[in-house]
Amino acid sequence: MLMKLATDFMGWIDKRLPVTDAWNKHLAQYPAPKNFNFWYFFGSLAMLVLVNQIVTGIWLTMNYEPSGDGAFASVEYIMRDVDFGWLLRYMHSTGASAFFVVVYMHMMRGLMYGSYQKPRELLWIFGMLIFLVLMAEAFMGYLLPWGNMSYWGAQVIISLFGAVPIIGDDLTLWIRGDYVISGATLNRFFALHVIAMPLVLVVLVFLHILALHEVGSNNPEGIDIKKPKGSVKPEELSKFTFHKQYSEKYDIVDAVPFHPYYSVKDIMGVAGFLFLFCWVMFFAPEGGGYFMEAPNFTPANGLKTPEHIAPVWYFGPFYTILRVVPDKLLGAVAMFGAIVMLFALPWFDRGIVKSVRYRSKLHLVNLIQFAICFVVLGALGTMPATPTANLIGVIASFGYFGFFIALWFYSKNENTKPVPERIAD
Amino acid sequence: MKKLIIAATFGILFSVTTLLSFTAVASGPSIHLDKANNDLSDKESLKKGFKTYLNYCLGCHQLQYQRYNRTFDDLGIDKADGIANYMPTGDKVGGHILNTMPENEAAKWFGSAPPDLTLEARLRSPDWIYTYLRSFYIDESRPFDVNNTVFKDVGMPHVLQNLQGVSTLVVHKELDEHGEEHEVSSLSPAMGGSLTAEEYDVVVRDLTNFLEYVGEPNKLERKAIGYWVLAFLFFFFIISYFLKKEYWKDVH
Repeated sequence: MLMKLATDFMGWIDKRLPVTDAWNKHLAQYPAPKNFNFWYFFGSLAMLVLVNQIVTGIWLTMNYEPSGDGAFASVEYIMRDVDFGWLLRYMHSTGASAFFVVVYMHMMRGLMYGSYQKPRELLWIFGMLIFLVLMAEAFMGYLLPWGNMSYWGAQVIISLFGAVPIIGDDLTLWIRGDYVISGATLNRFFALHVIAMPLVLVVLVFLHILALHEVGSNNPEGIDIKKPKGSVKPEELSKFTFHKQYSEKYDIVDAVPFHPYYSVKDIMGVAGFLFLFCWVMFFAPEGGGYFMEAPNFTPANGLKTPEHIAPVWYFGPFYTILRVVPDKLLGAVAMFGAIVMLFALPWFDRGIVKSVRYRSKLHLVNLIQFAICFVVLGALGTMPATPTANLIGVIASFGYFGFFIALWFYSKNENTKPVPERIAD
Repeated sequence: MKKLIIAATFGILFSVTTLLSFTAVASGPSIHLDKANNDLSDKESLKKGFKTYLNYCLGCHQLQYQRYNRTFDDLGIDKADGIANYMPTGDKVGGHILNTMPENEAAKWFGSAPPDLTLEARLRSPDWIYTYLRSFYIDESRPFDVNNTVFKDVGMPHVLQNLQGVSTLVVHKELDEHGEEHEVSSLSPAMGGSLTAEEYDVVVRDLTNFLEYVGEPNKLERKAIGYWVLAFLFFFFIISYFLKKEYWKDVH
């Protein structure tokens, strides 16, 4: 009786909105390669952290006060007087850092297995847009506690726009809404942080997933699981049922339905991730001074510059590239260039073989040096600028840009290994 | 095998850079700090530290984000006892721990207004506070005749002088391992205070303890909950591992 009622109800809905169809298309009958490894946890984890940020963010805004006079005190009010306010705040602040950890791993996965290559260029672009919006979101969010590092960090970054020729000064004035960073800046950053950026972020994530499901997921082998219709013997076809949108056009091999196979696997990933996340959140929420910097425990003060202004760790790589270039304008150009390079990656790579497993030794070396340079640049970004640090920074910056340039040259006629037809068991 | 090598490379990389960055932050113009070794779960110590704070610090330094009643609850002070013995300013018991010093005037008196200390332990670290309060010495060139080895030319007088007494800065020459001469300064034992050096250290440790508590009143609760959460997640991980294995049986 109850079952019939439920079926009737879903039938009523489905006639009006294709809920069951969408569920099947994107989850229960979505063909996912069966060989996802460790690196494939980070997409779903990024989604988890996004939800965490949005939910805790909503509750934080209930007690946060976006004004120069009240912001700092309201954060302490949340920490002390709001029931479990400290937990909400730490979930949000730890979540910000976790977001970047997860996203950097997710991007590294894309690099390793060529997930940006044709036909996934647009998928990659959406991902990069998400990364860009995420950086803006994090930057604006960091101003909101109105601590002294919030203030001076924002001061340094916003002044970058002053390097733009002719309109630079007017541009910084327009961004700040004042001649210095002030309550006006705080208010607009609050508006952008809590509504504008999250909206854009959610839409982009939606498009990212839609684009993914249109072209299908790549995998560690870089082998396509969608074969031309009629090219696969019936007994070799995947034994699972997939949505007709996929199975009508292709013969699908070596795939499993995303749900329940990867939903249960991702739950395991979530458990592992949350263990590490909660470890940091409950026992070291300041992240050794990297997630919450010590000068931020004193209110913003335009007359008292912290001894060493360091951006939060996740901006480190780009901040170092900015800093090692002696000229302010060129430095800013190099910094934005570093992100532009990532956007253009699908066109720097002229290779056909996707996965690093079947590409040349040279590519493996290039990829490893890129990862090393990225981490080194990140570490340098949190340190004071000394001549030695600067020199290492220059070398690592060359390594960063060199990755793309070298890739463009060798990928055209790369000495790759033969790629198997099928994903081995 | 190759996967293992790649994984190992990344592992080493991340640990080396993390280590590098931590040492880089630790280095710089470093001042030796003594370990406070305070214990947040020691309520007697916190109460004594609270008392010391009220008697010696509150006149100039507010705790504007901390409330009296919250402090009483956390430190196990009975409300009536708290109102009678821990509220020198006669404020409301639900109010913040404030003083009446006008900020603008104070800035004139001391060079800069005495900062609020609610978050001082998070800004500087408990070890810093512990060492700072034990590092005043006579310096007649300063307005209050004292200077500090941890915070050079600090505007604050040595408020605990009647307890500790005063030290003098002794500069002597020392040879380092390369045989070069360096000037090394140290503080002489304090003279003229009402407490012995050991007793004074205890007073400062209690005060440091109280300031660490005020910096984050939920610290102990946070950790206590943390153990339960981690234990839960550990079991949840194991269960989710077997759930995954059960489902994937028919794929492999």
